[in-house]
Amino acid sequence: MSLLTQESTRAAQAYAALHAVVDPELDEPITDLGFVRSLTVSSTAPVRVEVHLRLPTSFCSPNFAYLMASDAKDALTALPWTDPVVVELDDHHDSDLINAGLAADAGYVGTFRHEAESSLDELRTTFHRKAHTAALERCLTRLLRGQPELAEDAVGEVRLGDLPDDDFTASLRRRRATLGLPDLPEAYVLVDHDDERPDNIPLALRRARSTRISIDGNAHFCRGLLATRYGEEVTAPAFVPLTDLHREGASS
Amino acid sequence: MYTKDNESYFIVDAHVALWDARPENQRNIHGKQFIDCFYDYHRNLSPEAEHWSYEDYLYQGGERLMHDLFEVGYVDHAIFQPAHLGEFYTNGFGQTEEASQLAAKHPDRLTYNHHFDPRNGEAGLEQLHADAERFGLKGVKLYTAEWHGESRGWKLTDPWAYRYFEACRELGITNIHIHKGPTIRPLDRDAFDVADIDHVASDFTDLNFIVEHVGLPRLEDFCWIATQEPNVHGGLAVAMPFIHTRPRYFAQILGELVYWIGEDRIQFSSDYAIWTPKWLIERFVDFQIPEDMTEYAPLTVVQKKKILGLNAAKMYDLEVPAELRLPAADETATGPREPERADLAAV
Repeated sequence: MSLLTQESTRAAQAYAALHAVVDPELDEPITDLGFVRSLTVSSTAPVRVEVHLRLPTSFCSPNFAYLMASDAKDALTALPWTDPVVVELDDHHDSDLINAGLAADAGYVGTFRHEAESSLDELRTTFHRKAHTAALERCLTRLLRGQPELAEDAVGEVRLGDLPDDDFTASLRRRRATLGLPDLPEAYVLVDHDDERPDNIPLALRRARSTRISIDGNAHFCRGLLATRYGEEVTAPAFVPLTDLHREGASS
Repeated sequence: MYTKDNESYFIVDAHVALWDARPENQRNIHGKQFIDCFYDYHRNLSPEAEHWSYEDYLYQGGERLMHDLFEVGYVDHAIFQPAHLGEFYTNGFGQTEEASQLAAKHPDRLTYNHHFDPRNGEAGLEQLHADAERFGLKGVKLYTAEWHGESRGWKLTDPWAYRYFEACRELGITNIHIHKGPTIRPLDRDAFDVADIDHVASDFTDLNFIVEHVGLPRLEDFCWIATQEPNVHGGLAVAMPFIHTRPRYFAQILGELVYWIGEDRIQFSSDYAIWTPKWLIERFVDFQIPEDMTEYAPLTVVQKKKILGLNAAKMYDLEVPAELRLPAADETATGPREPERADLAAV
């Protein structure tokens, strides 16, 4: 394998690793959202990987910003050939603080010091739950659209096995797995994070709908703001052609 | 006043600002970052014909504000909701002197709300008493992500905040406008979480809590809390301009609000000078829920009149011409409104 090919392969691996990093609030990969500004993979060993992240505004929540940046660093560090990994957040009000924390592997508490109590686990959990709620609403609403004879109260009886084998269902199953909910055909769809079924079905569905509307609306607004902020620079590709990735010291 | 198709609408713009973000007033990089963020909101969500230059955006001054709101903007009355941002701007972001003097000069047109910060403790409490007298305050605007020394946020349930709400009660400051922001201590939790509003609304049932941006980016949490608390209202600042960029999303926001909190607790605002009222009002009066969104009933003229002005006028005891007044809807005080509208099977 030539050096250039190997380098391209590594860039693709690094990009794939970043694709697994999700904006917890929007429940979408940071790559799809256009938050990865640049990815640089050095051509000689040790292989230095540098990633710059960008967000829709300087005032995006610093806790979410840190989560995404530290998840990105963890994902790249987990690749066997990366050393060192540098992740930097650009143009944010807490860029200096977060970048210093990431460089020192200071962790959440070490980075935010007096502003941090213990961890961001609770924050992450809150948004895993919201993502699950939105995913089940998408599935049930699609079902209702397709079966006008289905009464709204009846959606409380819908089980995983009743859903079609499509992208919405796959998305719901992933979010159920994150929460530790059973992946069985007989499992009820309209449940909360503890697998509890609601008493008032229409109200629960309606509340789930407001969650889905909120997440979808935020995602659209964030994409729009990112495009406005960075103008021509922005694309939000599902896949970045390798030729677009920055190379450092490319050798023949 | 705006009139179309023989219907007249009394307009209250319930959230406006007179700010100064010019470089000479910026205290540090965050002053620039903050106004740039606002400018991106403006550019992203406004129709092209309504775009301002960056220079115009940094500072408008009272004369332009009067022109944009009252000469061309159909607004009958506007309410200042200033953000202090003392850590970002030398003389603050909202211009207290200029705005309050303008309001004193045009009391029929403008109401000046001020702000407080419970982290100022006893001294701030004294200041609140003085401000209430000086400005004749009926309301305050609170920004929970205001930076203050080492702290970058506070909660409405903080013990000192309760002291301030008790003072508001004594001073007749009944309208508490709340704007949630991205920072809070500890950062472990979601800074936009509106759960603290639930607590204060229950503990201060004689105060109105107007959640600006209808809780965005947490519309769902706002709706759930507001449906249970009859003294929680929704301000449409920032939500309004989606009427242009994403009318279907705007329809969903409106539909959810009407369902969860009803037509009597929603207030229009342009969030001037992020946007200007003229085009927002024109579009809102023309707006209708898309026909295929059968889970929401069509918006009625009555609902539009209430949202555009009558609701805020009632809260602020503004004089509305007799022929334009409307009674409150005969609806439940808490819980979803007209649930039969939730035609779930047809979405």
